[in-house]
Amino acid sequence: MIAADRPMPRAPGARLLVVDEHGMVSHHERGEFVNVVRPGDAVVANDAATLPASLFGTHVPTGQAIELRLAARQSLSPDAVTQFGAVVFGAGDFRTPTERRALPPRMQAGDCLRLGPLTAVVTRVLGHPRLIDIRFESRVSDIWAGLARHARPIQYAHVPQPLAIWDTWTRIASQPVAFEPPSAGFILDWASIKSIRDRGGRFATITHAAGISSTGDDALDALLPFDEPYDIPASTAALIEASKRSGGRVIAIGTSSVRALEHAANGDGTVRPGFGIATQRIGPGTRLRVVDAIVSGTHEKGTSHYELLRAFQDDAALQRMESEEEAGGYRTHEFGDSVLLIKTR
Amino acid sequence: MSGTPLPGLRVAITGGTSGLGLALVRELLAHGARVAFVARHERDVERVAREHAGATGIVGDVSRKEEIYPIAIQLLGALGGLDVLINNASSLGPVPLAPLADTECEDLEAALATNLLGPFRLTKALLGSLTASARDGRQPIVINISSDAAITPYANWGAYGASKAALHHLSRIWCEELAAEGVRVIAIDPGDMDTPLHALAVPDADRSTLKKPETAAREIAALIAA
Repeated sequence: MIAADRPMPRAPGARLLVVDEHGMVSHHERGEFVNVVRPGDAVVANDAATLPASLFGTHVPTGQAIELRLAARQSLSPDAVTQFGAVVFGAGDFRTPTERRALPPRMQAGDCLRLGPLTAVVTRVLGHPRLIDIRFESRVSDIWAGLARHARPIQYAHVPQPLAIWDTWTRIASQPVAFEPPSAGFILDWASIKSIRDRGGRFATITHAAGISSTGDDALDALLPFDEPYDIPASTAALIEASKRSGGRVIAIGTSSVRALEHAANGDGTVRPGFGIATQRIGPGTRLRVVDAIVSGTHEKGTSHYELLRAFQDDAALQRMESEEEAGGYRTHEFGDSVLLIKTR
Repeated sequence: MSGTPLPGLRVAITGGTSGLGLALVRELLAHGARVAFVARHERDVERVAREHAGATGIVGDVSRKEEIYPIAIQLLGALGGLDVLINNASSLGPVPLAPLADTECEDLEAALATNLLGPFRLTKALLGSLTASARDGRQPIVINISSDAAITPYANWGAYGASKAALHHLSRIWCEELAAEGVRVIAIDPGDMDTPLHALAVPDADRSTLKKPETAAREIAALIAA
């Protein structure tokens, strides 16, 4: 597929490929996704805002340049920004494809990292030269200020120009807890949310700390997605229950929404409200209890995102989807086109 | 302390180190709200934060596009969400005041950047949080500090008056549009107050005739509680 190489979250002319419950494929303009909403349906999106999570600095013991990408956390609390799991690169930046990025210097627990105005200490090395746990040695308010002013959005070589923070926030972005944009949510704007309601649908959000999509290292990428904390507001759980009771469907915007909702699933298709940590992988063997349809970006075979789509449709339908994406010139990655898959009945 | 307590309410105030903004920081803290404030000068921010335990100070200039998201991130980091946004930071335009014909274009641009574009950008960046607050049933509100100069065409107040008039109308339109999301947006005229901004505009004013910013802050707190 063609890489979407311009940072346009709501690109004009963006497209939507729909795979219906019979596995039939059709092409639409992206804004038309609201047309699948029926009275009683619940549309649930991830409202996590994107933290600028890429920090440039120095590994103090060797004096070598590094790029540190925050990648994992255990809590969504705004005070819990002291400790993170992180992926480290050597000198260079996003313009070099991640698979060609230099390794960082060898790190040990206790090493000091100087990251602009922030100082961090390596607390653990996690069995791979790129994967570490860190602790910032600053007051919480100074960590927020350091991240807000010094860190940059994580990005990849397919977008050549540096991203601004606003390129990475969806219209509904609230708490800055995601490490990369929950980019399926770029399909939403306030007019489409109004359309959902006008059609008799309901709109709700969860907050899920979406993690990084690629490390450039096959062994590490095989570990993705990392465990991701999420929160389901009581109002969202109630709205999903009301939809289920009225025979409506749950349409999840993005793989992170699916992961959170299914992790919090009760046996009857409702969800437990509150905090949780999504640890599961979703794939062809997963029986979806809550979610009936997903809006997502276009994904390539072999990624964890593509595996998740296999829970919605069989491989023959996904093969048709891919062929149509190829033939139709669909664009991939976070600023690319969208797909909507309705679960096979 | 009069008025209804506002325990746990998450409030962001721009221009929080002097005048009405500082009075609002004090008033809302006293009501039990969680308060974060923004201002341009680091020394002032540190002083006000030091003097007001529980308030988080953030250094930033809302008139600058590239500072909006760093400000928003720090506000959300401090508060963990947002129920009330008070766009209070204001620019007078040319000092001393001047007729429009003698107002430099750059002075009008500066007034628009602080009084119109800043509130628009910051509200837009925080709208996801405000609507999340609404879905939680917390009745969020955006309060844009306006002026009677937004309504009445006072000679020499062109840059300020035109920018506040635009903010006033922006507030009314946004309030219509966001009603379905449960977010209220209102512009209020706090009256002529004894503040540094007023002293810049009317250096020889009889201060005894001016409203105390503390009085206006009490009125705004009551409005939030209503």
